[in-house]
Amino acid sequence: MIPPRPRAGPFDPAPLSPVARWLPAFSVLAGSLLTIWPVIAGIPLLPPFGLLMLLGWRLLRSDSFPIWGALPLGLFDDLLSGQPLGSAMLLWQLCLFMIDLIDQRMVYRDFWQDWLIAGGAIAFCLLAGRAVATPLAAHVDTALMLQLAMTIMLFPLIARICTWLDGKRGDA
Amino acid sequence: MAPSRNRRPGFSRRAQYGLFLSYVIAGAGALVALVLLALSSVNPPAYAAARATVAELTTPLSSGLAAIGRGLGSIPAGIGEHFAVKARNAELRRELADASRLLQRARTLNYDNRRLRALLHFRERAVQPVVTARLVSSTASSTRRVAVLNAGSWQGVREGQPVQGPEGLIGRILETGPNTARVLLITDPESIVPVRRTRDGLAALVVGRGDGMLDVRSVSLANAAFGAGDLFVTSGTGGIFAPNIPVARVVRRASDIALARALAQPNTLDFALVQQAFLPPPAPKPAPTATPTAMPSPSPTSAPTLAPSAPE
Repeated sequence: MIPPRPRAGPFDPAPLSPVARWLPAFSVLAGSLLTIWPVIAGIPLLPPFGLLMLLGWRLLRSDSFPIWGALPLGLFDDLLSGQPLGSAMLLWQLCLFMIDLIDQRMVYRDFWQDWLIAGGAIAFCLLAGRAVATPLAAHVDTALMLQLAMTIMLFPLIARICTWLDGKRGDA
Repeated sequence: MAPSRNRRPGFSRRAQYGLFLSYVIAGAGALVALVLLALSSVNPPAYAAARATVAELTTPLSSGLAAIGRGLGSIPAGIGEHFAVKARNAELRRELADASRLLQRARTLNYDNRRLRALLHFRERAVQPVVTARLVSSTASSTRRVAVLNAGSWQGVREGQPVQGPEGLIGRILETGPNTARVLLITDPESIVPVRRTRDGLAALVVGRGDGMLDVRSVSLANAAFGAGDLFVTSGTGGIFAPNIPVARVVRRASDIALARALAQPNTLDFALVQQAFLPPPAPKPAPTATPTAMPSPSPTSAPTLAPSAPE
């Protein structure tokens, strides 16, 4: 994680507690764990909550994760999601690289632009994940489009949850 | 949105090197991920052990949640049943009377069938069940259709064994852990099941579509006509699935490739029966070990029982 900033003066904020520093990562792991919900799905109906939490935190605060943070989180998601191992690692990491580039070009953004960035990242991850996991002839595309639309529509809710968690962890 | 903080390390040389190193780690990690992805595309069961480890931890959670859900879900059904039981009882008695004549006829046919088979010296394999367990979770966010079964190699489950529900075929075992196993459902796009039509024995393949439905593809002849309601059962070809497990019913008439619905709808099933592979792979040569090891009781590598057709 990011090394805590040294407390230079008496008016600087205190460094985060370990729990607060690891909260973004834990919430992403919890999002990935939602696939153990006991339902036997016939179509891909559950949005990728791990990816949503990752994007929510990363777009809320650029120091939520180190730049390599998507690798271990993606590995955990791959172990649970049924996608081939390495797909979420690679795709999530590419998303973080892309957001890092966008951060340099578009410094001041509003929420609509964040939503647009998240939508692009979600579409990229779901479509590329489908391409590596499933043969092209499979009839999963209709269900995938529904899942994609649902996931993008869920992003504002996840962003609110991340904001709430960020407020709870008590960092200015 | 404030400018990103961690891109400006200031004048500290240590912070600058740290930032540079984190980018190097991220880039190298992405390359490693690419290699892992390539490996798992070439050899899908490569990381079965890692997945099984995670599944071992999550399966108790899933099954606990499922038990709570079943308990709560059965309350309204129980109340409804309490009041509807009289009408249902009368209806069942009527059905039983209707079916008894059919049962007599089936018994006669069964007897005839047994005698004729004995006459032909027809040899049949008895298929032994391995374990009955519950499916507890599935890959609901992925385009693959894989479920997690609450039993594993300690219960005798091995890769490739067929999994059957009360209504029909569910899938086959993909990977096993000590107490969990991953089941490739027949609706997965990479699942292929050899089947035949019950009516006339027309050979076909049932291929998963990925959207919860199945494709029935004719293998034997061109212009095979499938009618709505045609029932397909496993044919036993290929040696994994025992014959005569119900698989799918055609939805509407078509030729050569027909849309079908699986008889076992996994989102409503509770129990799944794991069976021995119909023709198990030949047993590997025993390694020369000094100490004899205990074998799990229902082992798929044990000699298959060849018996003349036993009575049902």
